[in-house]
Amino acid sequence: METLFSVLIGIFFASAIYLMLSKHTVRILLGFAILGNAVNLLLFTAGRLTREVPPIIPLAADVLPEGAANPLPQALILTAIVISFSFFAFLLVLTYRGYQELGTDNTDEMRLAEPKDEPLPPLGY
Amino acid sequence: MNTLILRTVAPPITALMLVFSVFVLLRGHNEPGGGFIGGLIAASALAIYGIAYGVSAVRRAIRFHPMAIAGFGLLVATLSGFVSVFVGVPFMTGLWIYPRIFGVELPLATVISFDIGVYFVVLGSIASIALALEEREFD
Amino acid sequence: MADQAAVTLLCLFLPFLAAVLAPAVIRAFGHAGSWLLALAPLLSFLHFLTFLPEVADGGVVTGGFAWVPSLNLSFSWFLDGLSLTFALLITGIGTLIVLYSGGYMKGHPQLGRFLCFILLFMGAMLGLVVSDSFLMLFVYWELTSITSFLLIGFDHEREAARRSALQALVVTGLGGLSLLAGLIFLWNMTGVTQLSLLVHVGDGLRESPFYLAALILLLGGAFTKSAQFPFHFWLPNAMEAPTPVSAYLHSATMVKAGVYLLMRLNPVMGATPAWEILLPLFGGVTLIAGAFLAIRQTDLKLMLAYTTMASLGLLVMLTGFGTPHAIEAAVLYLVAHSLFKGALFMVAGLVDHEAGTREVTKLGGLRSVMPITFVAALLAALSMGGLPLFLGFLAKEEIYYALAHGDLRAMLFTLVAIVGNGLMLVVGFTVALKPFLGPHVETPKHAHEGPLLMWLGPAVLAGLGLLGGIFSGIAHRFVSTPMASAVAGELRPVDITTIPHLGMPLLLSVVTVAFGVAVYLQIDRARAMMVRLLAAIGNGPDRGFDHVISGLVRLSVAVTRMVQPGRLEIYVTATFIFLALTLLVPPFVYGELPELPAWPTDVLFHEWAIILLAVIGLFAVLRASDRLTAIVSLGIQGFAVAVIFLLFGAADLSFTQFMVETLSVVILALVMTRLRLSPRDHRPLGQMLFDATIAISCGLGFTLMLMKSTQGPFNAHLTEFFNAYSKVIAHGANVVNVIIVDFRGTDTLGEIGVVMITGLAVLALIRVRPRNPLPQTRVEAPADGDRP
Repeated sequence: METLFSVLIGIFFASAIYLMLSKHTVRILLGFAILGNAVNLLLFTAGRLTREVPPIIPLAADVLPEGAANPLPQALILTAIVISFSFFAFLLVLTYRGYQELGTDNTDEMRLAEPKDEPLPPLGY
Repeated sequence: MNTLILRTVAPPITALMLVFSVFVLLRGHNEPGGGFIGGLIAASALAIYGIAYGVSAVRRAIRFHPMAIAGFGLLVATLSGFVSVFVGVPFMTGLWIYPRIFGVELPLATVISFDIGVYFVVLGSIASIALALEEREFD
Repeated sequence: MADQAAVTLLCLFLPFLAAVLAPAVIRAFGHAGSWLLALAPLLSFLHFLTFLPEVADGGVVTGGFAWVPSLNLSFSWFLDGLSLTFALLITGIGTLIVLYSGGYMKGHPQLGRFLCFILLFMGAMLGLVVSDSFLMLFVYWELTSITSFLLIGFDHEREAARRSALQALVVTGLGGLSLLAGLIFLWNMTGVTQLSLLVHVGDGLRESPFYLAALILLLGGAFTKSAQFPFHFWLPNAMEAPTPVSAYLHSATMVKAGVYLLMRLNPVMGATPAWEILLPLFGGVTLIAGAFLAIRQTDLKLMLAYTTMASLGLLVMLTGFGTPHAIEAAVLYLVAHSLFKGALFMVAGLVDHEAGTREVTKLGGLRSVMPITFVAALLAALSMGGLPLFLGFLAKEEIYYALAHGDLRAMLFTLVAIVGNGLMLVVGFTVALKPFLGPHVETPKHAHEGPLLMWLGPAVLAGLGLLGGIFSGIAHRFVSTPMASAVAGELRPVDITTIPHLGMPLLLSVVTVAFGVAVYLQIDRARAMMVRLLAAIGNGPDRGFDHVISGLVRLSVAVTRMVQPGRLEIYVTATFIFLALTLLVPPFVYGELPELPAWPTDVLFHEWAIILLAVIGLFAVLRASDRLTAIVSLGIQGFAVAVIFLLFGAADLSFTQFMVETLSVVILALVMTRLRLSPRDHRPLGQMLFDATIAISCGLGFTLMLMKSTQGPFNAHLTEFFNAYSKVIAHGANVVNVIIVDFRGTDTLGEIGVVMITGLAVLALIRVRPRNPLPQTRVEAPADGDRP
């Protein structure tokens, strides 16, 4: 089971990274969304997989029933999902505003911060 | 996107989702749910309403700016952490009280108020983002 | 005794305290506030004066407080004859300089800042000479460099001042690093971190195989600070500073820090062939170079600056010469030089202040209008020229007494000393006599005697030079003998008097004076000759400094452009190449590859289906050629992940993922309808293959890493902890929620803070529009696949 997931996660990472290697901000954005899922699945699998039973303690008991899922990675992932979503939204807006201001989605043409032919800094004292 | 069907079903759906989000938030300590998921459901509710009736309708409906709601949530969460200071235990230690209201024992805790804070932060921030993006459509 | 230690500590910090107060005092009292501020160094001076009898009897004053006891560091001081003499010079001359500055910069709007820097420097220099621990010595050493930088660049609106300040900082700062390395060597070789304990190490240091390395590093510090050739060039440039700074830092005190260090180390590191070759060699060359360069100058301050350089060369030469008399000579000359050079600099400043020029060719006949200044200048120049009755005379007699011993080496250095001294006498007389004697020359300002604040300093210092010579017994008892003993590491009674004895030294003195007077009479021709000579030599280290600095700037620009070409693609590619290497290289190199797994048989049909769906979603995103396909396929892989969470017992995650994916698709659709952008892959085939290789390598790396880690044993320690306490202590049945809001609540607080900040950032990005839209610089896109 974990082996199959390892392969699946490898595919997730490969897809995400392939998209992020593009010059176009839209594809980078898509890659970023997938990368978040890849990382979450990685954490999830590393905490070992169990079927169906959620980590909820029954009314009569004080501890989890046998075969319940590992709660720790779930707690880590839950916040990670929300944070990567808000970060995704930020990048989305950044892409959008960048396109509005610079008229391009090609990162090669976004040279405002590091212009191509920047002159030497002043050599005086 | 403001079709007749959407306009008709949007108010009841929004209302239902908001109620459901509170339900999910409050049961979160013992059943699946909690502040994060509740906040997301509530934010989606507002987003749907916004798509149907426009952003200004949502802004009127919620009265406060979404980021103000988020700020309120962060304040509640932080204060919940500081309550423990008055009892002399470390920051963020969970404290419980069991007042009887109308004959029913009601467990209240700083962790619940903390989760409510989380709910408002997520609701406010995500709703703010969604509304901001919807708003641009009309300029 | 403890009281005395506390007072000493206070005295060490008094200058710093006064420095903090200086701007306020000057604002309140104007330039007269310098009288008040001078109290700080004066009180320190008086306190150190009380140590004189004890130290004169061969005692040592020590004290200190624990600083970082765990590192065996202490704030400790150590006052023997050498330190005490320096401390007295620093505080004594410092008192006069503070007063002089008040007069010199009267009415200057930045006088408060200036005095603040001067007093800061005083505190640093005082700390340097009394420091016992290596670390303290280094810290104070660097502090003097920094305050010197601030003072040289005081007039920071002129480029020349900025350049000189930077130059001084670079040269002395590099020297400081060299010193630090040398001190660390010393510490490693001896295990001692205190100067006062070094003496007990004995010959171990000299016989260590690292002796030469340590010596060269320490000399690097001393030679840069004391402006020895070829590091001398910063000193004349430092004359950009206001004259009080030149008088105080760049003649009387700071530049002697290097000499101080050499004198301090003489008992433990001296008397080796390396010491006795390197020091006299560099010192001698500096003496001759400085003396000749001084002749060609016509600016009073520059002439004095080069003679200072020459004097420092002489001191280094004597310190390294290796005979007891040479040590005595160095000690006497050091004290005499501080007095007469400080005085002459102040005179130069006074003349400049009153007459409006420092060009010696434009000055003359000031004798009648500035009588006090003239007398002070004359006394100082006579001491500098080494004429009888003056402290300078004692020094020069002692120098010749030490050098003239017959063998070839001694004769060579005697010749060097005669030429150097003779030329310095010429310069001293030019500075002290030329502006005052002769017919009256019209100057830019109508000259008259300066104020008390200004002539007090030169008069006192020049007077002391005379008194020291006449009452040589007292001077020797309290200053020369203890100091020479400290430098020599054994008792060295100094007994030379000002009454000339017939003999070799006197003869050499006469030769020197005769040579000097002869050159003085022909000064204009000598100057012209030097100008021609220097023009023939061409570039000096001063020009070289410019080349080095501009070379450094160009080099760093080139490096920056290489590692930051400004193309996101290259940054991302580099990042992921290194990620792939990090993931793949260690497992292969260390044989940590996972075992080859068997075909999974425990996967149910619906699980296969959902995994397949996720993979299809991913490929659809990769191949998407229009916006709608991209958004929908992104949604598919996201919902597939949500279902996976649900199937494997993570209900909370599943709900959250569903909500997030829905919202993502909605906002993505909202934005994409307005962005007329195609998500199609624009890459040419070669580029695609290259990127795909990187991506697949990374993916493979993650797969292998995860396989390896899941094949190992599972550490359930934390899980068990949460499981055991979730309901019992935290009263929650949903363990995931309990972890989030209770066990790891502080973490969650930070995370909702992040969510809040992204919300604000999005709002800011949407709301804020630049008032002037940025120019639409459409750069021609390079052809695809065009990688540098």
